[in-house]
Amino acid sequence: MTRYIIRRLGLSIFVLFGVTIVVFSLLHLAPGDPAQLMLPDGAPEADIQNMRRALGLDQPLPTQYWLFVSNAVRGDLGRSLYYKQPALGIILEMLPATIQLTAAALVFALLIAIPMGILSAVQRDRLPDYLAMFVATVGQATPVYWLGLMLILVFAVQLRWLPSSGRDTWQSIILPAIALGAPQMALVTRLVRSGMLDILGEDYIRTARSKGLTERMVIYGHALKNILIPLVTVVGIQLGYLLGGAVITETIFAWPGVGRVLVTAILARDYPLVQAATLLVSVFFVAINLVLDVVYVYIDPRIRYG
Amino acid sequence: MSDVSEPRTSALEPAAGQVDSAVDQACYTDPEGAYEAAVSRSVAQAGERHVVAVAGLDLKAPPPRQTFFERFRHSRRAVGGGLFLLVLALLAIFAGYVAPGDPELVDFNYRLQTPIWTGIDLKYVLGGDQLGRDILTRVIYGARISLTIGLLAVLISGTVGVLLGLLAGYYGGKTDEVIMRLADVQLAIPYILLAIALVGIMGPSLRNLIIVMSVSIWMTYARTVRGLVLSLREQQFIEAARTVGGSDLRIIFRHILPNVWTPLIVLASQQVGFVIILESALSYLGLGVPPPTPTWGSMIADGRGYLSTAWHVTTMPGLVLMSTVLAVNFFGDGLRDVLDPKLRM
Repeated sequence: MTRYIIRRLGLSIFVLFGVTIVVFSLLHLAPGDPAQLMLPDGAPEADIQNMRRALGLDQPLPTQYWLFVSNAVRGDLGRSLYYKQPALGIILEMLPATIQLTAAALVFALLIAIPMGILSAVQRDRLPDYLAMFVATVGQATPVYWLGLMLILVFAVQLRWLPSSGRDTWQSIILPAIALGAPQMALVTRLVRSGMLDILGEDYIRTARSKGLTERMVIYGHALKNILIPLVTVVGIQLGYLLGGAVITETIFAWPGVGRVLVTAILARDYPLVQAATLLVSVFFVAINLVLDVVYVYIDPRIRYG
Repeated sequence: MSDVSEPRTSALEPAAGQVDSAVDQACYTDPEGAYEAAVSRSVAQAGERHVVAVAGLDLKAPPPRQTFFERFRHSRRAVGGGLFLLVLALLAIFAGYVAPGDPELVDFNYRLQTPIWTGIDLKYVLGGDQLGRDILTRVIYGARISLTIGLLAVLISGTVGVLLGLLAGYYGGKTDEVIMRLADVQLAIPYILLAIALVGIMGPSLRNLIIVMSVSIWMTYARTVRGLVLSLREQQFIEAARTVGGSDLRIIFRHILPNVWTPLIVLASQQVGFVIILESALSYLGLGVPPPTPTWGSMIADGRGYLSTAWHVTTMPGLVLMSTVLAVNFFGDGLRDVLDPKLRM
């Protein structure tokens, strides 16, 4: 077990090392001189030189990368040009809001999808199944940002039930969480349905039924437990999609998270902030997946620590 | 039904001895190129013989190609999705002839004009946007960008991903390690985040968007193909091909690749919808093909400020976008059900 965790940790560290290379390279993909691009047009040559020195662009590439990583490890991700503050601080301040939104979206998706998937499987080829599959199919084809706008149109503009933007009251999170969670809800519904259909044909379910258990006991006591394992894997993978989707959802609902800062930073050519946002979200994602993988071994004893 | 129409699946197992002898014969008489033909022919023949023995049927069973179209035709959703895409593609290609107006023509008399069914004016079918441009015309022209990027990105990332997956799966060892760790690293960065950062820094243009989209999704193909190759590599027909001296390249492209097509086509069809949504999201954020070229994402963004006064500006392009992705998914589901029913969800 310890060996498995150590190996898994080693992989995560390697992956993070790779991520720093990607994030470092971002700056050098800019068309032309990044120092010049970050300054307003017609900035004097001396300012450009200063900026170049501040970014370390006057050093050879390996030195630049080394500086980037060693600074990053010490918590220095450069200064935001737009906010005139350390980039790390800004992102750390925004990260909780993003995590909150992502978690709310996940909870929404699971709360709707698991019962809906079960209902769909139990009522196979009947009206509830058709309705659930219709919702799931449309949900998978709907862009998060457009769904967000439609929710604002209906629930904020027309009905005036919920706020359309900001993070002031607890109601503020409802619409963005629904918009962000909808595609995951669709996916998980289909997953639960097909998993349930498979399991309901198994021998141990027949045994459970034949010993006189109620249908409710069979489904919730025996069948549901067995679809949780694949569900944990999918949720781990989907977290990446949720974190990415949060970037767009936050812009729509003016949710004060990393995503909104990232989009502003991109448009303002605030590259250090872009790098910090990308790096931190990735670190968070890698950490979550590490935890999930370790938890997974505890949930499913059939997995051998290889 | 399944045994007769799909002899390939049952053909792989019982034929080992027959494959060897047929290959030997072929190599005696024509050592230069016939071995792979011999391998596949003998596999097929042995398979047929096996099927005939099992099912007690005659050799003139319907060839699988016919049943493919027949089965596809029976899926109403797949046919509907395919027709929708075909019509959309034709509209996009011939937009100059079929679109009712000019996508960039500004006419303030028609500013935020409501759609035709509100009966106020019959000129703009889907209404006008905040500059009085015809939304229907712009939706038709916008399809060009969505479809072009959707198809090209899937084609490019598919080619690169498949090649890397073949290499990783076939050679294993260090090659495999390098390619798969590369995929791991990229999977650690949420793809939307990476796409936004890349396009934002490289600058939005059609070319850069296609590059970024392709970069964003190659791993899916590489991982899928690698998994398939790993299981194929140990099969007897590959061993047979290797025994008679087939080069690695030949084995990869003549024997392995044809056997991974089916799941790949299914995967690619699903990725098209995914890329179309991602492209529109970038356009929405102002990181798509720059204006005045109409894109669905930027049209949706145009209506953002008018949700309370002119909801149709945002709703119309969104509905078309959603229908298109739905059509792509239906088409992909249909392909999957026909080609590989085991993957059905």
